[in-house]
Parts: sequence; C-alpha cells; structure tokens
Amino acid sequence: MTELRIAVPRGALFHRTLDLLDRLGIATREVRENERRLLFEDAGIITMRPADVLTYVEAGAADLGITGKDVLLEQPEREVYELVDLDYGHCRMVLATVAGEDPAAEALRRLGVMRIATKYPRIASRHFLETGRQAEIVEVKGSVELAPLTGLVEGIVDLTASGATLRENGLVEREEIAQSSARLIANPVSHKLKAPAIDALLERLHAM
Amino acid sequence: MVDRIPSGTRDFLPDEMRELRAMTDRVRQVFERAGYGEVYTPALEFEGTFARANTSASSPAYRVFDEQGNVLVLRSDMTVPIARLVATRYRDVDPPLRFCYFAHAYRGVRPQRGQSREFLQAGIELIGAQSPEGTAEVLTVLCRALEVAGLQNYRVGLGDASLYPALLDRLGVRDDDRRERILTKLADGDFVGLQNEVGALGLAEQDASLLLEVPQKRGGPEVLQTLPGPLEHAATGMRAVHAQLAPGVADRIIFDLGLVRGLGYYTGAVFQVYDPAYGVPIGIGGRYDDLLAQFGRPLPAVGFSLNVERLHIALTSEERRRTT
Repeated sequence: MTELRIAVPRGALFHRTLDLLDRLGIATREVRENERRLLFEDAGIITMRPADVLTYVEAGAADLGITGKDVLLEQPEREVYELVDLDYGHCRMVLATVAGEDPAAEALRRLGVMRIATKYPRIASRHFLETGRQAEIVEVKGSVELAPLTGLVEGIVDLTASGATLRENGLVEREEIAQSSARLIANPVSHKLKAPAIDALLERLHAM
Repeated sequence: MVDRIPSGTRDFLPDEMRELRAMTDRVRQVFERAGYGEVYTPALEFEGTFARANTSASSPAYRVFDEQGNVLVLRSDMTVPIARLVATRYRDVDPPLRFCYFAHAYRGVRPQRGQSREFLQAGIELIGAQSPEGTAEVLTVLCRALEVAGLQNYRVGLGDASLYPALLDRLGVRDDDRRERILTKLADGDFVGLQNEVGALGLAEQDASLLLEVPQKRGGPEVLQTLPGPLEHAATGMRAVHAQLAPGVADRIIFDLGLVRGLGYYTGAVFQVYDPAYGVPIGIGGRYDDLLAQFGRPLPAVGFSLNVERLHIALTSEERRRTT
C-alpha cells in the first residue's frame, strides 16, 4: 500500500477520512494515536491543514488526497483530477444576511452595490457575476458571521452544514450557491504512472 | 528600492544556464541528426495569426500595439508560427518538411516552479507526413531527445483527440453545449462532474458507463484489446503507431484513452511526457492535420514541444532520487 501517498486533511473531514481509509485496508491507528506527527511512511499517509491538500497533490508530493468540493471550487485552476465524490462531509455554500428585511437586497437597490464578507472570494465573485449583481467582496480570515452583525457588510457567503452557527448569530440563508462534499483527488501524473495501484484502490472504494 | 520583474518571469544565472545550455545542446543534436533544421520566428506575431488557429486553452495572454495601431501578441506556442512559416516561406516546396525550434513562448499561467509566463520550449514539427509513419517518427525523436537530456524513467502517454468526440457521436450526443461541457470536464480531469453531465444525458446504462469508463483506461497494450465498436477506429490508429515503434520507444508508451489536450487544434494522436520524479507533465504533442489549411497550405502535421525548465526539474529530481 505504501506505493501511494495520500494527503489527509486534519480538519472537519479528518475522522471520516480515517474511517474510510481503514475500510480500504490502510492502517490508520498510528495516525489516530499521534496528534502531532505529520508523516506516516508505513501507511503512506501525510496529514496537513485542509487548505494545503491541493498544493501537495498538484505538485505530486502526494499521489492522492481528500478535500472538500468547496476548496476545489475556490481554486479551479489547480491541475488535479477529481476522481470520486466520497459522499461525506456534506455542506452548502450559501448567501446569508441578518433576519428580517434583506439588507443586501436593499443595498443593491439603493446603493447599486452590496458588500459581502467571505473566506471564498472567488466563489462569491463568480456567483454575483453570473447572477448579474454588483457586489464588493470583503475577504475575512476569521468568523465571517461577525461581519454583518457589526455593519461591516450586508451579507456573507459561507459554508454551512446544519445552519446552527447562522441561526445562533441571527442570520438567515437567502440563496444556495453550491453544494459540497468530500472528494478524492489525484495528481495527474500519478494517475497515469501509478494506474494499477490507484485503480485497485478505486475498485475497493466502489465495492464498499 | 529594489526593481522588480514581471510576475511569472525570472532571471537565469550562470550555474543554471550552463546546465540548461548543455541539455539543449544535446537535444539540438538529436533534432538536427534526425533531419529537423532549426528555425526561429518573431516573438511577436499579428493577433490575426493566432486567431486563425483554435488555440483555446493556450491563447495568447500578452497584447501590444505597434506604432501603426496593429494589435500584436507574444506567441503562446511555436506550432502556430511554424504553420504560418510553412505556408509563406515554403509555399512551393514539396513535403515532408522537418523543423525544430528552441524558443520562448508566453502564457498567462499562475506562476509557480515549472510554470512560468515566459518559458523555453524545445520541439519539432513534421509537416506533410501522415499517420502512422509520421507520428511514429516524431515519437521516436521525442524519446531520443529525452534520453540524451538524461532522463531515465520517463514515459509517454499516447491518446487520440478524436476518440471521445467519436464516441459521443456514436451514442447520439449531438447537443453542442452538452458536448462542450462534457469535453471541458474531461480536459479538467473532473470525473465527478463528468459523471453528473453524463447522468443528465438520459442514456442507456451501458452507454453511460462506457462514457465514464473509457477515459479511465490507461496502461499497456492490453488497454486496446477489448474496446467496444465505436472506439475501434481510434484504437486501430494507436495500434498502427505502436506497431511502427522500435522496442526501446514502444516500451515507453502508456496508452491513455482519457488523454484529451486542452489545445484545440489537435486532431488525432496526442501525447504527453511524464516522469515519476515530477508531478507535472514535461511536454506535449500530437497531430494537427487541419491547422495548416487555416494558413492556405492543407497538409497533415505532427509535432511535440518540451518545456525545458520542467525537463531540467525532472532531471534533477531523478538525480536526487537516485542518491537518496
């Protein structure tokens, strides 16, 4: 199994990903028991922040990786193959504003532009471009929910799974922009040169 | 204050230049000995020259005006300028014509190592030679060039640009928008998106699974053995090319039915060069049997280009692997 190196994100997808790898016959006990280690040569696993998976797989430093569709949508120019929808880690990219009358719609009507905070500037820009609305994208790094509550922006574009965080902050979903779930991705060169190993893994995956 | 240089460009200092020069000198000898004379064309061409060719994924990114208001582009590849050159300078010369080049091309890529906006290409074009003989000749020169460059473990993926469109034809997928979306997913390597698009076609289950399974087929000659009817034509072409190759070249070939290049002008065989020590393709090539006609000299043609910087990275990566 060590012929393939798999990039595993330490984040929301971490435990479901390790469960999946267990079922595929890749031993993950060592990974579960070592919070701080990053490289597990025997299992062929490397762990990293979710945002880094694309970087490692694109460069061929990992043959395969697991990442969210949201990350792929935000960075469409990355040269990786998207092989399988793994059907876990489901969430949605939505436009949300404070409850009550929609302040974003009002800003658009009266000021011509709405201000939108997001960690996904490209998905957000594309969505407003495609729906013909002018929006000023404000990129924030931390809790996006804070931005509309303080008057920084009229709306946010963010990921939501259950909607709980939105509700707790008095925000309501106005539009769904995209759906996301975990994806198995591959480096294009590995996909060609390690075809037997990758296909064997896919076969086990499809048989599950 | 420090003066910057444009994004995606860089300076080359003597140690690197010496290595690059030694490598390209060896490659140039291979090209010349195989009968490919070196040509050079202007870095600037009229915009209309590139507009004639369907360059899609690699259309020129840099445009300037000259003093008369003409729009010029920095060339995004050498194949289009050489097609123009053949149609003008060699208008009455009998084919086949063989040219090689070592020249920079310019594209608006996202800069990273091995992906520069100004990059050196080393390549050949064989004009007026049909498949399979012409394709086999070019693949042979390609492998010899990679060997003298010093690569030991390279492989060449061989596919056919007409294969998937022919399959869509046979399955009755005629809607242009849908075909375009399917081919885009395929070129992007988005197999999940491909599955969704194919699912929306409403085809019989076995036809739909054919569309999904074919682009995943890659490997040795066994890949061509059990192909369904609609693929037989492309498979016959690939087998014919393979049959013409000497063992040392044939061993390097990986048949890849999912290989569809983003470049719009490829018509038949397409190939891509890989090395296990480097995660990015080192070179591409293929047949472009319709391109010369756009310049008024209808001739079949085939060629390849190597990205010299990537070749150098692959070479050093192979060396590092050998020593560790």
